[in-house]
Amino acid sequence: MVRYLLGRVGQALAVLALTFTAAFLLLQVLPGDAIMIKFMSPDMGLTADQIAEIRASYGADRPLWERYFTTVGNFLTGNFGISIQAGVPVSQQLATNLPPTLLLASLAFAAALILTILLASLSNMVGMEWLRAGLQSLPSLFISVPVFWLGIMLIQIFSFQLGLVSVISPGPVEKLVLPVLTLAIPISAPLAQILMRNIDQVLAQPFVAVARAKGASRNWVLWRHVARNAIMPTLTIAGVLFGELLAGAVVTEAVFGLSGLGGLTYQAVGNHDTAVLQAIVVISALAFVTINLIVDLLYPVLDPRLGSRSGAPA
Amino acid sequence: MTATPILQVDDLAIAYRTGDREQRVVHGVSFSVAPGEVVALVGESGSGKTTTAQATLGLLAGNGRVESGTIRLNGTDITRWSQKRLDSIRGAVVSLIPQDPGSSLNPVRTIGSQLAEVLQIHKRGDRKAIHARVIELLERVGLTPAEMRARQYPHELSGGMKQRVLIAIAVALKPALIVADEPTSALDVTVQRRILDLIDELRRESGTAVLLVTHDLGVAADRADRLVVLQNGRIQEQGPVKDMLAAPRSAYTRRLLADAPSLGKPRPARPGIDSQDFAIEVTGLTHDFPVTGGEAKTFRAIDDLSFKVRRGTTHAIVGESGSGKTTAIRSVVGFIKPTAGRILVDGVDLTTLKGEKLRQFRKHIQLVYQNPFGSLDPRQTIARIVEEPLLNFEPIPAADRARKVRDMLARVGLSEGFLERHPRALSGGQRQRVAIARALVLDPRVLVLDEAVSALDVTVQAQILSLLDELQKTLGLTYLFVSHDLAVVRQISDTVSVMHRGRQVDGGPIEAVFGRPDSAYTRELIDAIPGRSLPTPGGPALAVPSENPPRLSP
Amino acid sequence: MTAETAGAASADIQPGWVTRLKRVPVTLLLAWAVVLLVLAWAALPSLFTGYSGTEGVPGEQLRPPSAEHVLGTDGLGRDVYARIVYGARHSLSGAFVAVTVGLLLGTLLGLIAGARGGWIDAAIMRLVDSMLAVPSLLMSLSIIVLLGFGTINVAIAVGAVSVARFARLARSEVVRVRRSEYVEAAFGSGGTFWAVLYRHVLPNSLTSVIALAALQFGSAILAISTLGFLGYGAPPPTPEWGLLIAEGRNYLSRAWWLTAAPGIVVVLVVLSADRISKALGRTAP
Repeated sequence: MVRYLLGRVGQALAVLALTFTAAFLLLQVLPGDAIMIKFMSPDMGLTADQIAEIRASYGADRPLWERYFTTVGNFLTGNFGISIQAGVPVSQQLATNLPPTLLLASLAFAAALILTILLASLSNMVGMEWLRAGLQSLPSLFISVPVFWLGIMLIQIFSFQLGLVSVISPGPVEKLVLPVLTLAIPISAPLAQILMRNIDQVLAQPFVAVARAKGASRNWVLWRHVARNAIMPTLTIAGVLFGELLAGAVVTEAVFGLSGLGGLTYQAVGNHDTAVLQAIVVISALAFVTINLIVDLLYPVLDPRLGSRSGAPA
Repeated sequence: MTATPILQVDDLAIAYRTGDREQRVVHGVSFSVAPGEVVALVGESGSGKTTTAQATLGLLAGNGRVESGTIRLNGTDITRWSQKRLDSIRGAVVSLIPQDPGSSLNPVRTIGSQLAEVLQIHKRGDRKAIHARVIELLERVGLTPAEMRARQYPHELSGGMKQRVLIAIAVALKPALIVADEPTSALDVTVQRRILDLIDELRRESGTAVLLVTHDLGVAADRADRLVVLQNGRIQEQGPVKDMLAAPRSAYTRRLLADAPSLGKPRPARPGIDSQDFAIEVTGLTHDFPVTGGEAKTFRAIDDLSFKVRRGTTHAIVGESGSGKTTAIRSVVGFIKPTAGRILVDGVDLTTLKGEKLRQFRKHIQLVYQNPFGSLDPRQTIARIVEEPLLNFEPIPAADRARKVRDMLARVGLSEGFLERHPRALSGGQRQRVAIARALVLDPRVLVLDEAVSALDVTVQAQILSLLDELQKTLGLTYLFVSHDLAVVRQISDTVSVMHRGRQVDGGPIEAVFGRPDSAYTRELIDAIPGRSLPTPGGPALAVPSENPPRLSP
Repeated sequence: MTAETAGAASADIQPGWVTRLKRVPVTLLLAWAVVLLVLAWAALPSLFTGYSGTEGVPGEQLRPPSAEHVLGTDGLGRDVYARIVYGARHSLSGAFVAVTVGLLLGTLLGLIAGARGGWIDAAIMRLVDSMLAVPSLLMSLSIIVLLGFGTINVAIAVGAVSVARFARLARSEVVRVRRSEYVEAAFGSGGTFWAVLYRHVLPNSLTSVIALAALQFGSAILAISTLGFLGYGAPPPTPEWGLLIAEGRNYLSRAWWLTAAPGIVVVLVVLSADRISKALGRTAP
């Protein structure tokens, strides 16, 4: 058991290291980097020598491997470098921009969960075939909708046509309603698809028929037997879902003009601000790996088959 | 005395809807079960026996429905009852013992909670009362210490023990009728006997009637009072067991009886069985598997197995699950290297061969698998499947290959029309014929058959066995036949090795082992063969070696 | 000896193609119809509309949908339907490039990992894991920063991101097939490693990969239009669908058709790709 845990942690670290290295290499071999963009613009009016000096002070001319290890060390101590464009430490930018995005993401995730559970339970509890078929095909529809378009359509319908959500200076809650909805729907789609497929798989298992043969009603079986067995394998996509949440947040913020990690990323791409990009990539990878690790550790708790080898069958 | 039958089925017709087509699988079936009686629904695959049994519980699969006819439980017509009403009688008046104990219990809930569930659903007492009853039931079915078992999870129990739990669930509320759907077909034959004995005991105690669904005529003959024989959804014949066995009226029943291995006759002795030409010689075969976790470093799957097979004869290896028989033949065919021992096939020691030499040697010995569905590539045509081995060695002109393939197919009884078909268009028996053809196309002298007929219906099984017999005579083949079914083994083999937990506990000519078994385990295996003690039309069936064989642990 | 005649088990005569067509579900037929239509748009746009995709007619700005302009006109007087038809070429070609990159690279990696096993398998899978650890959008953005903007670069970025998914699936399929009995039987009949690989492992593993390719086609269109919307794809006046939606956004209060129409087209194409993928096979390992 302990070996399994250590193995998983080791794997997670390996993945993290690989991601970091790949991001580092990718972003550092850019032909035109952030320093060039900022300091070579005519407004600055710097001479070539002055630019070279600035480059040296940023350490941009040191050999690649040296930069690599310095960056590793920095990251481990929480120093993510300086944002060339803004001139402030990346960690500071993250500190200001992370909270609003986290808020949006958490609310959207909660909404997605509610939507998913509603969809999955309704589709299994209604009697009419056509209604059930309709409910079960909703997730595939949601998955095919681009996040940004959904946001725009929601604005169109709820702000302009129906006038329910005002566009000009909305309150703090009102401001988040549509973005949360925009983000929740495409997140709930893969979640609902997988959950409903797992539910169907569990329903086909013989122990469900045995439960019915005991006299259990369909709802009894659904909640006392199917739910836990179907939710467990669904947890495995938690990490991927988080990634999609983050990506979706980036786009949603762009659509609704909210400040947050999205805007930060957008600017960083435009300015080739590698430090910011690198930090964001590594942090999202870290979150992904951590979530997967937690799910891996949670699994043996939920599934007694994976626990320690006890109870020898006599 | 005419008491109301517990179950009365009249003119029942059931259909399944697939896509937009409806297919009727049960046509006008009528039978009844009297209180305390055991009625066996016997049939092969596609006979409709499971569907009929499911219908009596109101648990037809989603796309199935009762088209016409009535099902009466204790006189009440339940055919058109809603699921809600049926919920109230399921478990309490009629209950189920399912087929596969491995997947019939929720893996994430304890045994005790699943047993308690049937009491909770029908509100039989408060928590304390229910817990007491759970302990009582566990003890009754032989799962002790009950308190510990109640806290265990399904994966911690063996197949037989899981089935005991399911039986406990079925009898908990003392129902009037138990529907047992192939309750032992997934279990080893010795466990099967104990489970069927348990069901017998419990039903006699409470006067419960049993509707026993089985494909095994031997089991039905042993345990039932009346038989209902089904074929393709229609009743062929029904009546008291003894009458039907002594004088079957329908041709299908006669065929079932003739083909049933346990009720059949032993194989006539082979002439020339004294030659010294051994096609297979296994000496001191031992196989250790590395084991992760736990105290032991290795697990000894085979321990010092030795046997010799004369050319042109059939040697069987018999054992239950975990006996090591599968590992043994995989060593003989050369798929795994044993830890120790010698394997001589056609005089060549397989254990010394490696790489290309081993590949070349494959021409001499071939394997036929148990599963007719998994051993053929679903994307290839039959012609290609049978031809492929010919492509692996010296090149043969295409015309010659095609001729050889056609010849082989003809030998196994398949016409040329099968050449361009794909495996999914073939039945299980047909696929096994293809597998045999593929195995023989390289002209091997030795054929290893790994439970090659276990997955087939009994009539199909009889056909394939007779085909194998004929091929052996014509081509002078030597067979190594692995099976868990002693009755089948008795019909087709000349010599046998009985394996138990990796060791050979008995061995020698088949009648010697059957008539005078050396080990208690072999005796138990023989006794557990269902249906062997009943008289058959052709004379006495298998001999009964001893009256009270010693019982081993569950 | 019991002989089996040819006609016994299943019909020898194949049912006619009309009968086969009737058995195909309606949704699948619709899906193919949509995909073929859009492909036709990409190949021969002038066949479907007389208007230009990039040149506008002054005085015709912001007209709502009418008989003349089926989907209305935009701020520069360009017919929206025509823009969508001409935009098909950009979006679809991008999607093809993306899927091809992912399919070839990913399947190759997955095949090697699944067939060789051992440390090669572990190494490749860790690499794949690390690619999956980063949200696809962020990864695409990083690659775009490296390569620069433009349709082809966007397509490559989206394709690179999908390599991981293809690799995962290809590997698990290869492992599944490797463990099957018919592969063992092929070795048992004297087959060499390469012969078995070619005759059995490859054909059986690739069905799921093809189905994933269809699925990824839809995902690629979504990703490309998202990146186009954010401004990283081809510059205006290219009628790329994502860009169309971005431009239409400026007129949200006045001309809803500018954003609704391209979006609905995208949804329909992605839905169709998903439906076709489901018909082709399982894509989850």
